[in-house]
Amino acid sequence: MDLATFWFILIGVLWIGFLALEGFDFGVGMLLPVLGKEGGLSGDPAVTPAEAEKRRRVLLTTIGPHWDGNEVWLLTAGGATFAAFPHWYATMFSAFYLPLLILLVALIVRNMGFEYRHKRDNDTWRRNWDLSIIAGSFVAPLLVGVALTNVVRGLPLELPAGAPAGASEFTGTLFTLLNPMSLLGGLVIVGLSLTHGAFFTALKTDGSIRAEAREVGTKVGVVTALLAVILLLWLGVTQGTVWSWITTALAAVSLLAGIWFNTQGSEGKAFAATMVTTAMAVATYFLVLFPNVMPSTTNPDWSLTIENAASSPLTLKIMTGAALVFTPIVLAYTAWTYWIFRKRLTTAHIPAPVKVP
Amino acid sequence: MSNVDLARWQFAITTVYHFLFVPITIGLSAIVAWYHTRYVRRKNPDDMRLAKFFGKLFVINFALGLVTGIVQEFQFGMNWSDYSRFVGDIFGAPLAFEALLAFFLESTFLGLWIFGWGRIPEKLHAATMWIVHIGTVLSAYFILAANSFMQNPVGFRFNEVTGRAEMADFIAVLTNKVQLVTFPHVIFSSYMVGGAVVMGVAIYRMLKADPPADQGMWRHAARAGAVVTLVASLGVVVSGDIQGKIMTEVQPMKMAAAEALYETQTRAPFSVLSIGTLDGSEATEIISIPGLLSWLGTGDWDAEIQGINDLRRVYAEEYGGDPDSIVFDTTYTPFIPLTYWSFRFMMGLGFVAMAASAAVLWATRSGRFLSDRKWMWVAILTPLAPLFANSFGWIFTEVGRQPWIVHELMTVQSGVSPSVSAAEVLISMIVYTLVYAILAVVEVKLFITYTRKGAEPYEDDETSASDDDTLAFAY
Ligand code: HDD
Ligand code: HEM
Ligand code: HEM
Repeated sequence: MDLATFWFILIGVLWIGFLALEGFDFGVGMLLPVLGKEGGLSGDPAVTPAEAEKRRRVLLTTIGPHWDGNEVWLLTAGGATFAAFPHWYATMFSAFYLPLLILLVALIVRNMGFEYRHKRDNDTWRRNWDLSIIAGSFVAPLLVGVALTNVVRGLPLELPAGAPAGASEFTGTLFTLLNPMSLLGGLVIVGLSLTHGAFFTALKTDGSIRAEAREVGTKVGVVTALLAVILLLWLGVTQGTVWSWITTALAAVSLLAGIWFNTQGSEGKAFAATMVTTAMAVATYFLVLFPNVMPSTTNPDWSLTIENAASSPLTLKIMTGAALVFTPIVLAYTAWTYWIFRKRLTTAHIPAPVKVP
Repeated sequence: MSNVDLARWQFAITTVYHFLFVPITIGLSAIVAWYHTRYVRRKNPDDMRLAKFFGKLFVINFALGLVTGIVQEFQFGMNWSDYSRFVGDIFGAPLAFEALLAFFLESTFLGLWIFGWGRIPEKLHAATMWIVHIGTVLSAYFILAANSFMQNPVGFRFNEVTGRAEMADFIAVLTNKVQLVTFPHVIFSSYMVGGAVVMGVAIYRMLKADPPADQGMWRHAARAGAVVTLVASLGVVVSGDIQGKIMTEVQPMKMAAAEALYETQTRAPFSVLSIGTLDGSEATEIISIPGLLSWLGTGDWDAEIQGINDLRRVYAEEYGGDPDSIVFDTTYTPFIPLTYWSFRFMMGLGFVAMAASAAVLWATRSGRFLSDRKWMWVAILTPLAPLFANSFGWIFTEVGRQPWIVHELMTVQSGVSPSVSAAEVLISMIVYTLVYAILAVVEVKLFITYTRKGAEPYEDDETSASDDDTLAFAY
């Protein structure tokens, strides 16, 4: 296998890392108004407004130490694409201009919400940051799903006269990007994140919130499974290969297994299963994509491929060295932080709010 | 405005904004880590109170550094796609290294520091903040290496077939001679800011007549901040001096633009103040020191410094032949008034910060406290001086590089994304500017609120918590 292909795989791995990790904190963000509202999921009178606020704090605290590190997987995927496939980075990021702008704003308001929400003891302040967390946690995975699906499905790309292979430019508009398949892709990523986030909540909390998270997890899991099967079949029928059918099947089986584990109360296994689902879904995308990195629907000769979009061999070699040395180190300390914060949280653990009006 | 102009404005606005938070992050993380370590060693509760107090200010600031940085990472591909294609082979690697080596470290260990109270052993806990600091310095190294490549391209080979610059020697890219002076200059400048913030905030607390028992603590912090600022400013001046010499060598136009020196001259003067028409032909100098520019540029008072007009002619001859090429420009001259003034403001504001911190050290010598309300001005203005000196430094460096996006290899004009319309750039610029303006108001208010609130009394929450206890910290 040549280095460019190796980097194609590695970028897939970075996207898996991003969606499998940040995916659950997107999910937890979206669950704030579901598990953290007055009365909880099913109008439990014990969940008073004060208790609901504590529940929201439990939810946010489960992801507190992790969300920023999770997001760096996205930055690394971006940086690695820039370094290993400059043309891919250039064509993709300029093509998705407005969606990326919205994605950035979503990430900005969401991240600010995590850091600033608890800094003042004021209901309006908290409500506004809650809104930005919820909106950001929904919009971000939606747009990531739309973007990735568009890449796999193909876009109108044109090679300007005289430009070297790989330097194709996007010729469509915003509406080209909002096609049914890509929108479905966005919804699937949202659904996966929600399911994954619910399983994570069940794994990391205790008491009534844990039970309710399991209940939600099963429900959204079933809906997601339906949407995902439609998407992957659609993609498979139009562009699939033998290998992508295998990963598609594995994605479906692991998602169903996750839902089943969840109903059985095996929360760790359920969470691991949706990680596998995420990995298999991304693998399906990359297998369908191979050997292109951005197929052109205008003219197949203008597609960006692993070969024509790649960096020079020397850059790829340097990057490979760095990735082989540092990725294990990053994984090791990341795993260690999850171990340190492994304890389940309940509303009883939540301290009084800061005394800042 | 064309999409080039808009993309330039957007890059300038978003980067200068990002770099308001960056130096505070770099400087403050070191000081917080130092107070935390000091507490672990000596168990004086005041040290912990300071570590936690400045730690909160640090986190408030870090959040904005983080979100504005994400925008930067995406912006190269969004607005500057042809540039990204041209240099991606070289430029992408430091960016990827930055994420892999630095951002993971910063974000993971900051999470540990924020949530770690009572969860990890206290020595390890103090170490986490040091690791955050190391992460910020590493991140600065890689991003500055990328920037230095744009100032002085080294370690590459131009490939005719692919039409792009390709990596020939990565070590050369990382040890670019511009990088080797830019990095210390920027890190020392950041320490100046961190020190000045600590000093300013501590003076404010002293004057706000915190309980007399706390005066000693704030005096300590004010002096520590002043020492950091002063020592760092020495590093800034020394590195800046060397930078001037290297710049004269690799980017003579920038040096000429720093002084608005139109004609080549020996024993070139440096004007401290001047009025008149900087845009075109001449300037009326009010205070001017003969030979100083020659000395700044070469170390020799009598040396020749090339003037803008000569340089422009040389560039036009060498690169100005083909209007379609990526090295073509009509002027080859940066916007002189901006380079002239930003260079002076950078240095001037730095000297203001040095003077103020020296004055604070003097006024607090041998056990003295500050009580005169006049010091409030020092408290408020000193942090701003080196902060804006940083902005001016960047504006000088980046504007002085114009019209090149990569020095002598590609113009800014040719780097912009061809498939992105001016309308799209305008929309994104309006969105960023609005969002950034709102965030600035929120952040400054919060910063002030927490400064007003002061340091909390210290309860020992480093002793291991049992599983049933409430958390020492939760979102
Ligand atoms: C000299 C230092 C320096 C410079 C010139 C820049 N940055 Fe920066 N950046 C930092 C120093 C830094 C930092 C100190 O490491 C930050 C500031 C606050 C923070 O969270 O980390 C950071 C944050 C930060 C983040 C968020 C990291 C996270 O999630 O933790 C990104 C993606 C970038 N930056 C990217 C960039 C890009 C693409 C730049 C070029 C235009 C840039 N920065 C200029
Ligand atoms: C954080 C510190 C930085 C500041 C404050 C800064 C400031 C600026 C400013 C003011 C401009 C506009 C110049 C003009 O249009 O006349 C600019 C342009 C630019 N800078 Fe920087 N810069 C910083 C760091 C960087 C870094 C680290 C890089 C690359 C790694 C970089 C790459 C660019 C590029 C690509 C442009 C193109 C736009 C142009 O030249 O107009 N900058 N920057
Ligand atoms: C006597 C004092 C100083 C001298 C001689 C000096 C010199 C320089 C020079 C020559 C450059 C341009 C380098 C290049 O483009 O190649 C520069 C850039 C810069 N300066 Fe200064 N400087 C001084 C003080 C300061 C102060 C006080 C600060 C901030 C606290 C500061 C912050 C910066 C920054 C952030 C840059 C842009 C990054 C870089 O290129 O290094 N400088 N300085």
